[in-house]
Amino acid sequence: MHTFDLSLEHITKIEGNATLNIKVVDGKVLDVKFAITEYKRFFTEAMKGKDINAIPAHLARICGTCSNAHIMCSIEACENALGIRPSPQTKILRALTMHGLMIRDHALHLYLFSMPDIFGKDAFLDFDENDPVQHQLLHDGFETKSAGNFLATLIAGRSVHATYPVIGGFLHFPDQAEIDEAIEKLKNIRPAVLRLIEIFKNAPNHFDRKTKYMALVPENSFGYIQGIIETSDGRKIEEKDFKSHLENTVIPYSEAMGYKYEGEGYMVGALARINLAKDKLHSKTKESASEVLNLFPSTDIYYNNLAQAIEILHSVDESIDILSNNKFSPEPIIKGEEKENTVGIGVVEAPRGTLYHKIVLDKDGKIKEGEVVVPTGQNQINIERDIGVLVQSLIDKSNSAEAPLDKSKIAFEIEKLIRAYDPCMSCASHFLKVEWE
Amino acid sequence: MENKIKIGWFSFSCCEDNTIVMTEVMNDHWQEWKKIFDFRHIRIFKSKNIFDEFDIAFIEGAVASLEQEERIKAIRNISKKVVAVGSCAISGLPASQRNTFTPEQKENIDFLVTKFGLASEVKKLSDVIKVDVEIPGCPMSPEIFLQKVNALVAELRP
Repeated sequence: MHTFDLSLEHITKIEGNATLNIKVVDGKVLDVKFAITEYKRFFTEAMKGKDINAIPAHLARICGTCSNAHIMCSIEACENALGIRPSPQTKILRALTMHGLMIRDHALHLYLFSMPDIFGKDAFLDFDENDPVQHQLLHDGFETKSAGNFLATLIAGRSVHATYPVIGGFLHFPDQAEIDEAIEKLKNIRPAVLRLIEIFKNAPNHFDRKTKYMALVPENSFGYIQGIIETSDGRKIEEKDFKSHLENTVIPYSEAMGYKYEGEGYMVGALARINLAKDKLHSKTKESASEVLNLFPSTDIYYNNLAQAIEILHSVDESIDILSNNKFSPEPIIKGEEKENTVGIGVVEAPRGTLYHKIVLDKDGKIKEGEVVVPTGQNQINIERDIGVLVQSLIDKSNSAEAPLDKSKIAFEIEKLIRAYDPCMSCASHFLKVEWE
Repeated sequence: MENKIKIGWFSFSCCEDNTIVMTEVMNDHWQEWKKIFDFRHIRIFKSKNIFDEFDIAFIEGAVASLEQEERIKAIRNISKKVVAVGSCAISGLPASQRNTFTPEQKENIDFLVTKFGLASEVKKLSDVIKVDVEIPGCPMSPEIFLQKVNALVAELRP
């Protein structure tokens, strides 16, 4: 009977660092510790005493890939505290910022992190340019990322730590020539995104896990900024009440805080969003993806990848619509009022799931304290439990087949499962050391 | 693999913004890079990483622990050129923001610093190793990145 400990040193093709320790005794998985070991950089402590106007750009630096989601969320929290209502144009520009982010970041995850596993390659760059399918995918991947990057740069200044969005509005507005170029690029990548959806629809890995899902769901169309938080058990929670429904769960071996909803782990991310709100996707997206949308709601964590691919399509279709049907002109920044002890809350859907920012103002517009709840922190408990179930199932399979246990294969299966969650450790701490014990 | 330039890309205490910018610069340069670079150790791209020797080691992030410091020295020992990428590597900030915390703030975080074995002060890269090239920015400037990479390529493979 198998008794061993398993350790994965650094999980690759994810954002940031994590370790995993698994203890197996007599063929039973006794303990799984998934620890986010990305060192803390103490942003929620550092924000104390800073001027409110510095906060969005400061908190952007929590993460290099989810950066613009942190900016959007922080701006919402700050505007909430200052009593600022953004203009309709500002809301549209923010929606476009998020679409650029989703296209670029989901494409990075799907092509560079997850797709090599499907094709038996170590890296996306190892794809064979002499093979027509892989050659096409190489071009698709870089062009899709490029289109998302172009959109984010046009609207927000850049994809990473964007410079145009500020509290009260935008500092710069897109010109028509570049808008036309963005529309062209987005239309050009649409076939690539359809191919991407097909790849992940047919991908071989599946892992069923019954859990509750949670996402910010807009009232009308599928989006990432406004809405009510909905859960898969039918609850609706206002943004300001989000945190009160979560229980902080200290995970002593992890540098990131974990969270439970009603005493259990839960999942946030693209899978949660598509499960809860697929009917609100852009009409062209629903038409093109009608067959795969029948797979949702789904409890297969690997369909988080497929959900991300569908979201890229939605962001492409929605952005083309918005850019084609709106004219943008310079607007002044809207100012607000600084009042001591005012609380401001922002909730957005970052690529990896629900992101929450809270600030409390001191006198003179300085920050007294703040809080950030990130998606990967929320998924930690589920990730850990899933790994335990996966490893047990692989041990049981090898026992019934009377085959020797291949630890490197198990480690690879664990990595693929973790990649399906698309974790972001930089966010979660403010690759995977699996230690077989 | 003949005569390809051996590249390592390493991230320490930072948000990995420079890594993300690099993956976007790559959108327009991946075909050329595939021909001239041997991406020997880049965890964001691949699992089979080799830590033996590098023509160019790119390092982003500040140095937040003794363990990180030792790893960085090991990278220096096997690299012809070391490039400090981004503000955290070059200046320490914002990763080193806790260095200038008030006594009260330091007290608030002390148990976490101890628990996770962090150094009492966060260092910048040049505090621990000799740095050959710097690419500034938060995130790094894509233009300066390309300019410096091209200059290094010309120097290493004249």
